[in-house]
Amino acid sequence: MITAIAIMALGAVVLGAALGYASIKFKVEGDPLVEKIEAILPQTQCGQCGYPGCRPYAEAINKGEADINLCPPGGAEGVQRLADLLGREVKPLDAEEKPKAIAFIDEQTCIGCTLCIQACPVDAIVGAAKQMHTIVPELCTGCELCVPPCPVECISMEPIGENLDNWKWKYPVIELKKVA
Amino acid sequence: MLQLFKFKGGVKPQTNKTQSVGEPIGVAPLPSRLFVPLHQSIGGTPRPLVAAGERVLKGQLIGGADGWISAAVHAPTSGTVRAVAEHVAAHPSGLTTLSVEIEPDGRDEWIERTPIDHGALAPERVRERLREAGVVGLGGAVFPTHGKLTASKTVPMEELVINGAECEPYITCDDLLMRERAEEIVRGVGVFRDLLQPKRVLIGIEDNKPEAVAALQAAAAKLGENFAVVAVPTRYPAGGAKQLIRVLTGKEVPSTKRSTDLGVQCFNVATAYTAWRAVAHGEPVVSRIVTLTGNVERPRNWEALLGTPLAEFVALGGPKPDTDGYLMGGPMMGFAMPTMDAPLVKATNCIIASSPALFPPKAPEMPCIRCGECAKVCPHELQPFELYWFARAKNFGKTQEYHIFDCIECGCCSFVCPSRIPLVQYFRFAKSEIWAREKEKNAADQAKARFEWKTAREEREKAEKAEKLAKAAAAQAAKKAAEAAAAAAGEAAPAPAAAEAATNVPAATNPPLDAEAAKKAAIAAALERARAQRAAVEPKNVDRLTPAQQKDIAEVDARRQQAGIEAPPTAPEESQP
Ligand code: SF4
Ligand code: SF4
Ligand code: SF4
Ligand code: SF4
Repeated sequence: MITAIAIMALGAVVLGAALGYASIKFKVEGDPLVEKIEAILPQTQCGQCGYPGCRPYAEAINKGEADINLCPPGGAEGVQRLADLLGREVKPLDAEEKPKAIAFIDEQTCIGCTLCIQACPVDAIVGAAKQMHTIVPELCTGCELCVPPCPVECISMEPIGENLDNWKWKYPVIELKKVA
Repeated sequence: MLQLFKFKGGVKPQTNKTQSVGEPIGVAPLPSRLFVPLHQSIGGTPRPLVAAGERVLKGQLIGGADGWISAAVHAPTSGTVRAVAEHVAAHPSGLTTLSVEIEPDGRDEWIERTPIDHGALAPERVRERLREAGVVGLGGAVFPTHGKLTASKTVPMEELVINGAECEPYITCDDLLMRERAEEIVRGVGVFRDLLQPKRVLIGIEDNKPEAVAALQAAAAKLGENFAVVAVPTRYPAGGAKQLIRVLTGKEVPSTKRSTDLGVQCFNVATAYTAWRAVAHGEPVVSRIVTLTGNVERPRNWEALLGTPLAEFVALGGPKPDTDGYLMGGPMMGFAMPTMDAPLVKATNCIIASSPALFPPKAPEMPCIRCGECAKVCPHELQPFELYWFARAKNFGKTQEYHIFDCIECGCCSFVCPSRIPLVQYFRFAKSEIWAREKEKNAADQAKARFEWKTAREEREKAEKAEKLAKAAAAQAAKKAAEAAAAAAGEAAPAPAAAEAATNVPAATNPPLDAEAAKKAAIAAALERARAQRAAVEPKNVDRLTPAQQKDIAEVDARRQQAGIEAPPTAPEESQP
């Protein structure tokens, strides 16, 4: 009887120590759910959700402070994926969905004030004081944050249409039999 | 005799090749216009080098290769550039691509051509020549050929496989090329052999082309090359690179690897031919052999200039009245050309006129009965019915688990499916969705990284600024303390007097006080600037004023003037209603 208790106690101590060690050694940095939420957000960093970037919005969703339908760039698909991840109900997007666009600077009008550079969250604008500025289209996320600061209104958002680089095969259309 | 192997799966569709082999390769007459797309191969899009109005010669560079994996584009004939503009592409989407429109002058005048002696040149120079000449894989993949001609440093090159299988129904352009221009093909293979130094060279041709086999064997013997020209069993898709490698060498190329990892490299016969023209004649790729067949009066192979509009090309064959469309490529892997303006490009091996009799419309798709026929014929041993299930449900993660990217879109599965499910269409759909998502994901990751970087930079700048300010404040305080101490200890002139004196004392005699003065001046200047700036911007609350309010303001201003007070800056003209 005593030996049995001793063995069980020893086992408890050993396993407890192992678990304690593992919890320190394999500690997960940060909150994994926030990371997952953030991975779904489009990283446009536009602030349209009312938070200063995608990460803060992800944190707010995680804390239950924000709804899942506030990110317009993510669109209905983004809401759907968030709903799937969090097991919440799908809601219509709390804004209208816009086709993806990127910013374009009219280089004739630009006065080189650098205001747009300061506004761009992803450093997609190149230029220097009193020099003409231009946007690197591959880096622009289309957040529109550079549009209002421009004092001469030379930045416009140009929608990206379908082209040979982003064209996709369509879902095969299933022919329906004609109703006689 | 070489031992042959079998690849898994495959089908035996009707070959329909005899119609178009009756006549030799014809030279297509000059079309009235040419639309040469700049992007005709895998890799970087060539930059346009000509402008509207310029005269070009045949073979003149009109699109310079951009990056190492990219191939140059040339003027197919002499004439005048009419435009460098968007034109419909030879692509199922019907979208446009940047193209050079050339009006031929009818003289077909060549630019100066400089042949090179590839044996005497460094391999890099030969690869460079192929890149400049726009030589790409003409079997359909249009991968720039020079990019495949660097021998691996780690894996010894065992076999060079030359693909003359041409397994797809209807297409006979390689067959005719092998029959008529065997010697130049063999010489082109020689160039590849010299660059790659393989142990063996194997040329595989399906056994339904005995004339081509005989011609290549004769040419190899005549030139003293010990290339093995092998007739392989006719079975679609024997011309798939992995399938032909399997049949000729027995090597199974796993999906995670490239054939070069196993010491095998593969080229099409037409590619070898154009490579030889580029090396020995200095001719860039400006034309190719295209099979024109199907529902036409005179099916035949034509050597046609790249950029020839479809309408002018098909007129050579005399399409029958019930023709309802044109396929580019074969019936298994091809696609319908979007419009009659779409041009012939380097990837165009065949144009098939279709008619309801030739390709009857498919009866509607039925549910999958999981018969497993598709899995039996899949040359890559996939499970098409599983892939179909997941692609249909848009469960893309699962399709990847079932190796959708191993699918070569050969169409065997759709061909045998008793429920007539367009399986390949589902796979193409799933693949392009996955690609698009991957691209989006990469873009998002990049944006995130750049955003974090920018935020970190701003924080750092803020911290640095604060530190600087703190330092300056500390220095100021120290100086003040020292001054006070000096004043107290020395009992010199009272402090206010010293400050007064500071402004008049020459710099050399009293440096610390002078610095103080300079700072004061700077602050005063900054204040002045700020005031000027404030004056320049319009106050927010005075735009959109009603006339009544404006009147009030004018009255106030008038009173102020009477009292001798300066009026505040008024809003600029345009903001008044
Ligand atoms: S709206 Fe969407 S993309 Fe914009 S910052 Fe918020 S989460 Fe990011
Ligand atoms: S360039 Fe303008 S629209 Fe594009 S990411 Fe920067 S701020 Fe946003
Ligand atoms: S051949 Fe067609 S019906 Fe048979 S298992 Fe494959 S997809 Fe299903
Ligand atoms: S199309 Fe793809 S899945 Fe169908 S048989 Fe060919 S390789 Fe297999």
